[in-house]
Order: sequence, then structure tokens, then C-alpha cells
Amino acid sequence: MEVLNPHTLEEALQAKAEHPDAVPIQGGTDVMVELNFDRRRPEVLLNLNEVGELRGWSRENGTLRLGSGLTYTEAMEAPLAELLPALAEASRTVGSPQIRNRGTIGGNLGTASPAGDALPPLLVEGAEVELASTRGVRRVALHEFLVGPKRNAAEPDELIAAVRVAPSGGQQTFMKVGPRNAMVIAVCSLAVVADRERGELRASFGSSGPVAGLVSCPLDEAASLPELVVEAASPIDDVRGTAAYRRHALGVLARRALERCLA
Amino acid sequence: MRIEVAVNGEQREADVWPGESLLFALRERLGLPGSKNACEQGECGSCSVLLDGTLVCACLVLAAQADGHEVVTVEGLADDGALHPVQKAFVEAGAVQCGFCTPGLVVATADLLARRSDPSEDEIREALSGNLCRCTGYQKIFDAVRLAAR
Repeated sequence: MEVLNPHTLEEALQAKAEHPDAVPIQGGTDVMVELNFDRRRPEVLLNLNEVGELRGWSRENGTLRLGSGLTYTEAMEAPLAELLPALAEASRTVGSPQIRNRGTIGGNLGTASPAGDALPPLLVEGAEVELASTRGVRRVALHEFLVGPKRNAAEPDELIAAVRVAPSGGQQTFMKVGPRNAMVIAVCSLAVVADRERGELRASFGSSGPVAGLVSCPLDEAASLPELVVEAASPIDDVRGTAAYRRHALGVLARRALERCLA
Repeated sequence: MRIEVAVNGEQREADVWPGESLLFALRERLGLPGSKNACEQGECGSCSVLLDGTLVCACLVLAAQADGHEVVTVEGLADDGALHPVQKAFVEAGAVQCGFCTPGLVVATADLLARRSDPSEDEIREALSGNLCRCTGYQKIFDAVRLAAR
């Protein structure tokens, strides 16, 4: 086993091109668990901690560019938390302070778990994923990037460089069901935004299908949203809950989310 | 592979396996068993340390990622043999039963109080939400945090 330690994005992309099987590691909150339990033993680990270009966030005109190394703790801080409030709420439900200090938005995308907490808030805001390689940079809509449980559309030589999102400015919220407030993998989760500019309500649910799902309806048909969500979800029975419970809970969350977003 | 880490203010070197955690390196290579190894998946907080001043689970940091960085473990909190105020408060409040979770809780509490000297009840609970204790029921631990904050 070998650890590569690039110090610039260019070096990182070069390393990924030379070692397409290398497993990128940023916060380590997913990758380290697999290593610690010997579930995975990659030949090469690509440590992204030293790549400054992946850190922080910036604003270009109306669009935010969140570096893939942006931590949940950073996503909870103003002014970013005011621009993407549902993402901030979701970030606050992730793990514990220790996990939020290390875990990153890019890692959530890379893992592409159906339960990824950052995914629903980014989906309702129409986020795009910026994928970089030595061949160049391309953007993929987040809903196309998530192709299956723990599968994403990144090519082997690509790294997740950033997430781009133009905040709608609409009232939004994120809710998550679990046995306690901390250290919870979502039994199910829901993000909703009331986008008044487009006259549209968008909802995205997590842990209720192979990928986080996205539905929308006109603002003046708000009452139909809970049913839309429940019908679009395809949950399964697993250790965290039953499909029936998840469906029921999603309907409850959607009604509560509407109260918050249309208030 | 060889890593160089500033641990508790001292420059240390260690030969590590590329896939091992900072926790393993601290305990098995650097002779610092204060950080406890329990869940190895970030659930319990027993291995809480400060990495470049940020509270993290050492089990979720690749040892190689700490190369060139600063780590403070529970062993580094005491000043010249004098207990850190948080350690004193844990002793005084009786916040220790079996003691396994104590190092992680002490480090997490020290981190909280460094950021917020007078935390609210909710802030205390949130700050310690990543540290599990299976003995105390947490009440004495919260007493210790309030005592240390005074």
C-alpha cells in the first residue's frame, strides 16, 4: 500500500491519471472506516488534505463554488449557512463535532450513499458537480452524478473538485429521522425549497431509494407535495427501518416542511 | 513509510503502515495510549484529539495525513505535571467511572471551553454528542464541564 500526497490540484490530477484505482481520501470519515475494518485495502490512497485548491468556497456572480474539501462545520458557518440554509441544517445533523470537522461535502458526493445528508439540500438547489482530470473539467448535474447506491458518474481518472450551486433564495429546510439527534445515519430525510422566483416547490428525499430522489410541483399545488414525495420514494426494509415506516415518515416530514417553507 | 508529527509540542517521527490510522500510530508507535481505541468508526469519540487545533477522531485520520501537522492528545493537556482545569473538574465532579471514555471527553470538553468559555446546556450537549459513556449516564460529566467552565 502507498499514500500519495499531492500539494496542488494539478499534482493530484496527475496522480489520479497515473493511478486510476487510487482511492481519494479527504476527511477520512468513510474511507478510514473501511480501512480500519479491513473491508477495503486499496493499493494506493490519494491524500487530498494538502491540496489547498479544494478547500473553502467562493462566489462567482450569483453562483457559489463549494470546494470538495469544504467540511460540514464550514457549511454551518455564516455567511454560507445563510446562502444555503438547508445544507447548513443538514450539515448540523451529520455525526458529531469530530465528524463534522473532518467530513466533507466532496466526500459525501464521492461516497454517494443514499443516506448522504448533504445530497438532498444540494439536489433541491440544482447543484452541479465539477469533475476534474488532466483531460479537463466537466460539470454534471448532481441528479445525474448519483447513479446508484454508492455509485457515482466520476470516471476513474477524475476527482471531485467542487460543487456549483446558484442559491434560489427560497425558504428551505432539511429534516432527518433517526433515533437521536447526533451520530445518526438517516432512517429517511427530506429537503424542501419553496422557489418563489420559479413558482416551484422542490423536494429531495434521502435513505428512501437507491439514490437521493428529487421531485417538484408548482407552488400553487403545494398540497400535492407530500403525496408526490411518498410516491416517488422506493424505500426498502433494512436495519434502520421498514419501507412502510419510511414512506409514512416522509409524508409527515413533507407536510411539516411545507409549513416551514410556506410560512 | 516515515511520518513526522508534532505531538504535544514535541517533534516525533514514526514508521507507519500506509493504511493505519493516526490513533494506531499514537498508541502503538509513539507510546501514547491515552487516546482510546474502541469503535474505530468515529462513533464513540474515545480517540478524540486535536489535529492542528481541530477536534477530530484519531481513528478516522490516516496516520500519513498527520505528517507535517500538529497533534495534541490527552497526554498533552496537563501543564508540567499540573492537571488541566478540565481534568481537575472531572476528578472533582466524580465524572469518571470506568475511565475508558474519559480521555476523549476531556479533550472534547477542553476544545469546547477553548471556543466558548461559558457554554449553555445545549452547547455542552452538542459539543459532547460524539463522545459515548456507558457508565455514568452523563450527569456527572455535565457537572464537570460546568465546573471547569467556572
